Amino acid sequence: MELNNTMVEVPLHRVAHSRAGDKGNRVNLSLMPYDPVLYPLLAEQVTEERVLALFRHRGATRCRRYDLPLIHAFNFIVDDALEGGVNGALNLDGHGKSHSFRLLGMTVRVPAASLPAAG
Amino acid sequence: MSDLFLVGNASGFSGDRIDAAPPVVRTLVRRGLPAALFFECLAERTIALAQIEKRRDPDAGYEPMLERLLEPILADCARAGIPILGNFGAANPMAAARCVARLARRLGLPELRIGVVTGDDVSGSVDLNALPVHEADAGLDMSAWTLVSANAYIGAAPLARALAQGAQVVVAGRTSDPSLAIAPLMHHFGWPEDDWRNLAVGAACGHLLECGSQLTGGVFWDPGFKDIPDPANIGFPIAEVGRDGSLLVTKAEDTGGLVDLRSVKEQLLYELHDPAAYLTPDVVMDITGVTMEQAGKDRVALRGVQGHARPERLKVTACYEGSWLGEGEVSVAGPNALARARATADVLLQRVKQRGLARRARADLIGVSAVHDSDDGALWRSYDGPEPPDIRIRLAVEATTRDDADQASREVLAMLCCGTAGTSGARWRVTPRILTRSFLVPREMVPTEVTVREARLWN
Repeated sequence: MELNNTMVEVPLHRVAHSRAGDKGNRVNLSLMPYDPVLYPLLAEQVTEERVLALFRHRGATRCRRYDLPLIHAFNFIVDDALEGGVNGALNLDGHGKSHSFRLLGMTVRVPAASLPAAG
Repeated sequence: MSDLFLVGNASGFSGDRIDAAPPVVRTLVRRGLPAALFFECLAERTIALAQIEKRRDPDAGYEPMLERLLEPILADCARAGIPILGNFGAANPMAAARCVARLARRLGLPELRIGVVTGDDVSGSVDLNALPVHEADAGLDMSAWTLVSANAYIGAAPLARALAQGAQVVVAGRTSDPSLAIAPLMHHFGWPEDDWRNLAVGAACGHLLECGSQLTGGVFWDPGFKDIPDPANIGFPIAEVGRDGSLLVTKAEDTGGLVDLRSVKEQLLYELHDPAAYLTPDVVMDITGVTMEQAGKDRVALRGVQGHARPERLKVTACYEGSWLGEGEVSVAGPNALARARATADVLLQRVKQRGLARRARADLIGVSAVHDSDDGALWRSYDGPEPPDIRIRLAVEATTRDDADQASREVLAMLCCGTAGTSGARWRVTPRILTRSFLVPREMVPTEVTVREARLWN
């Protein structure tokens, strides 16, 4: 189907899952596509710069991405993203556990054919 | 000696579901293989709160739910030869052991051997000011803080020593979480303290299990996208570890939740920094070569965990009493709610500032933007989406004194009369803040001690 070769822009949440964890004022965000076929495409589009930009308004200073191609996973470490973390944050979410869903709100362009049936 | 050993987990933090253990123990007993059960009950600051409790009452300061956690399963574990390990000793492992002993005697188990591991509390023995600060905490200013507790993350070796002395329950304070799983494996298989490859498998087992249901559907669950069976009764995890270093994770039988590649990947990377170097006191775990496969329903096998020599130094986390947190909330709803909420937030911030009550203040518009927002409200100030039907305005301040925090949080109450039209539902509270900082300490500065005796002899 020719239609299925078109690229569509969707939130990461449609095609991938994530979990957030904290260590001090750092947050770690895992990211895994549901379909391993999308792994190279996410590697290209979900860059350290774009992830850092999601947390700039909170004073984040640096983002590092570790790739785990054998299990089709990424691990993002964002420094100074938690406004003090459990230690000092005034935020309701001192642990930053909700940030996996900030990442999953980022949009990516994927082939329409790769989309799972809407949840 | 069996070539397969089962490790079950029945708690991922202090506050976890109180009825997690029985299905795990039933499964372990039914399998009939040698096994151990562990409880992880200590978050970073739990031990400081426990220390404050202990000051108030010398017989307190351990996991407050300890008796309730153990009562349903203690006799079954004793009968089946399943040792129980836990960091439920918190700030007072000796008092926790006495609590377990009282429970054991009440259950008709006076011979139950209870072991205690001490030595993690370094608040009186180590000069923190002379230690290097852990990198993630280097930027913190701690000049005005009062030390409450300082505990080293001790490793598996003293726990394994307690097992070797016949302990059926091992009570610890601060240990590294994975060590609670590594210890029974070291003891059962006789792994030496420098068997990095196998210890890394033990660390992976502990890391995957230490948060309980986070491996089996908790935190994972995303309705319509990642559904799980019976989320009200998620089964807690069990690992099958082989003498050859094989590792498979599953969960308690006849429970909700699931174990699949997605849930295992999420937990494998949870709170992980460099996947090539996950530091524990026992071994440095490297998961860069890990592969996994679904080996059956709710069964995932992992291969390729590598290990490197353990770090020279141990991590010490110190907790301080610092400032006070004051919080207050009010609600608005219906037409023009967004404008009224923004105005309320601005006035609250102005009031706190002009009265000089706070070192830092923040406002959230719950229902517009809160947990993802910044202290300056960048997201709710720039929000231009649809009008939300119902918004809760939250003020949070950090204050030097309890009274300042209280006065600041009560500003939301005054808004019931002084605020915008239709402002209602005020709630406010003040809590002391516990601040933490981590240091690195040479191992030899943290000697541990193991005491094992029967329940009838603990008084």
